[in-house]
Amino acid sequence: MKRARVLFVDDEIIFANNMSKLLTSRGYRVTTVNSGDATLEKLEDQEFDVVVLDLKMPGKDGITTLREIKIRGLFTETLILTGHGAIDSALEAIKLGAYDYLTKPCEIDDLVEKIEGAWEKKDHDEKVDMQEKIKKVVESPSAVFQIFKKKKK
Amino acid sequence: MDRNQLTAKAKDKALFRNRVLTIIIVSFTPMILISGIILYQFYTSYHEKVYAHLGTIVKKHKRNIDSFLNEKLGNIRFIARTFSFEELSDESFLQDRLVTLQQEFDHVFVDIGVINEQGIQVSYAGPFKLGKALYSEADWFQKAMESEYVISDVFFGLRGLPHFIIAVRENHNGRDWILRSTIDFVAFNNLVENIRIGETGFAFILNREGKFQTKTLLDILPKKMPCMDFVKSRRKISKEGICISEGVDDSEEKYIYVGAFLKGGDWLLMFRQRSSDAFSDFRSAVSVTLAIILLGGLGIISMAFILTKRTVKRISQVDQKKRMMNEQIIETGKLASVGELAAGIAHEINNPVAIMVEEAGWIEDLLEEEEFKEGENLGEFKRALNQIRAQGHRCKEITHKLLSFARKTDSRVKDLNINNVIDELVTLSEQRAKYSKVVIETSLQDNLPNIKASETELQQVFLNLINNAIDAMEKEGGTISIKSRLDGKDFVIDLADNGPGIPQANLLRIFDPFFTTKPVGKGTGLGLSICYGIIKKMGGEISVESNVGTGTTFHVYMPLPGDEENQD
Repeated sequence: MKRARVLFVDDEIIFANNMSKLLTSRGYRVTTVNSGDATLEKLEDQEFDVVVLDLKMPGKDGITTLREIKIRGLFTETLILTGHGAIDSALEAIKLGAYDYLTKPCEIDDLVEKIEGAWEKKDHDEKVDMQEKIKKVVESPSAVFQIFKKKKK
Repeated sequence: MDRNQLTAKAKDKALFRNRVLTIIIVSFTPMILISGIILYQFYTSYHEKVYAHLGTIVKKHKRNIDSFLNEKLGNIRFIARTFSFEELSDESFLQDRLVTLQQEFDHVFVDIGVINEQGIQVSYAGPFKLGKALYSEADWFQKAMESEYVISDVFFGLRGLPHFIIAVRENHNGRDWILRSTIDFVAFNNLVENIRIGETGFAFILNREGKFQTKTLLDILPKKMPCMDFVKSRRKISKEGICISEGVDDSEEKYIYVGAFLKGGDWLLMFRQRSSDAFSDFRSAVSVTLAIILLGGLGIISMAFILTKRTVKRISQVDQKKRMMNEQIIETGKLASVGELAAGIAHEINNPVAIMVEEAGWIEDLLEEEEFKEGENLGEFKRALNQIRAQGHRCKEITHKLLSFARKTDSRVKDLNINNVIDELVTLSEQRAKYSKVVIETSLQDNLPNIKASETELQQVFLNLINNAIDAMEKEGGTISIKSRLDGKDFVIDLADNGPGIPQANLLRIFDPFFTTKPVGKGTGLGLSICYGIIKKMGGEISVESNVGTGTTFHVYMPLPGDEENQD
């Protein structure tokens, strides 16, 4: 069974590594990074289905990173996993296009459930996107180049 | 605290004393000053009036007495000039003249006599047998020989009775002769004795030597009298010949003396009255004034005490309130800083707790592997790991509560589109709703005017209501429908669910603080009461209707911005 590719972002290295172990044992392909900048770098490099993002990090915080992801048009779903359960930051993250949020410490099953949900959405969005692209290609073959351009990027 | 109360009490006492003193001084000073000035003015003018009155009386009597004496002198002079020495030497003729005079003047003239150059009485008419009396040594005779006429002082003379003499000198063939008449002392005395004012005011006449010329009650008059000064010096006498002074006599009592010179300065008409008698009206006025001042003073003092007592009580109450408020503010400040500290700690604790919980999760995963499956303590391991996880979640609950307690809500009021707020909250809650099989439907009226409110407060209200609805329908799922509309002067948001509903008994209490139907540790019972408080603060209303089995609807009414301004 194909499992989702997860990028786990948390400045607490031990926590990130542990979560990685837990998720890996459940069949996910997990990569961990410890900062906002590293996240963006990794996403530019590689495609991930779901990014699990900590909000409070030194340097680029979660919200800024999320904003950058959206601005750069990096195709992934984002889950917020935060120690702070404030409405404001959660609301802002949702507004910026995050899929959902969870508070630390969380049940691994809950996290898995949300990752599945996010992945499903991404899959669905991808399909819709692909269909639209195919439609475009059918309508104007020159659009093919745009698709490849984007992929290359 | 005790010490604070003590100092507060001492302060109150000092305040009370100062206030009472201030009120008394401020009210008494002008009262006493004004009363004093008025009294002084009254005293002066009353004295002047009394003096003027007495002066007038004395002046009138002085004129009376002077005219009496002049008239009598005129009568005698008339006889002396009209008739010759020979005619008057005839005793029967003289008798006729005396009778005429007595008929005319009501027996003022006692007798009449003619005296020659040598002082021998030539003829006499009257009740006494004076015959050829010799007057050459008499004082009045010598004076009469020097001047044209004389009015003598009162003396006893040959007859042994007080009397005085009017004598006129005439010339007959180069030889002087004198016509003299004795004036009835009683008639003269009545002129003076009639002057009686009040209880102690009476008059008398003194000659230059200070001897009484009237029959006065000698015993009531002191030997030493300040009036003697008048006799010795005339400096004090006023323009009209009246002199007024006050003095103390032997009996230590103050008397008023009014004097006027008679008979060209030979006699002094004195009027004497006790000061207390003369100023009795003034004295009663003073007593009435003093009584009024005393009563007024008592009134002022009692009012000062009563009013100050009340004011000080009020002030101390306000002070106490202020102190309590200050204490409360300090407490709140402390609480706030404790809250901030707690929030910091809570946030920092979350990460290690999360690590512990997830590590436990990892061990749990590992225990699933074959090599551990056979371990005899596997059950115990699992129990312990569950415990770690459960306690970790408990920590999370605590830190989250601390964080939400310490969270600063932004209560700044700004223009908000209520639909946007609801949309955002629905988005936020959608995932949670999905897991509980709850669908959120919205039907928001377009073109609603903006509302003036705090965004975080409104978020709190609606998130609370949405979460409550989701909680209620968690088991069986359902639909939440949110409607926004305008109803007259209010925005209305209706939030309806088709959950199990609220029993009638609980319906009345759901806005009460600490009322909750959730299991212990799950709900604080503050959510709806906070909503109620926020909406009330905005000038709105929140109401609920519910039927068991059908569902619950909350109605939130909020005033339009214009309304709020009008209310202000």
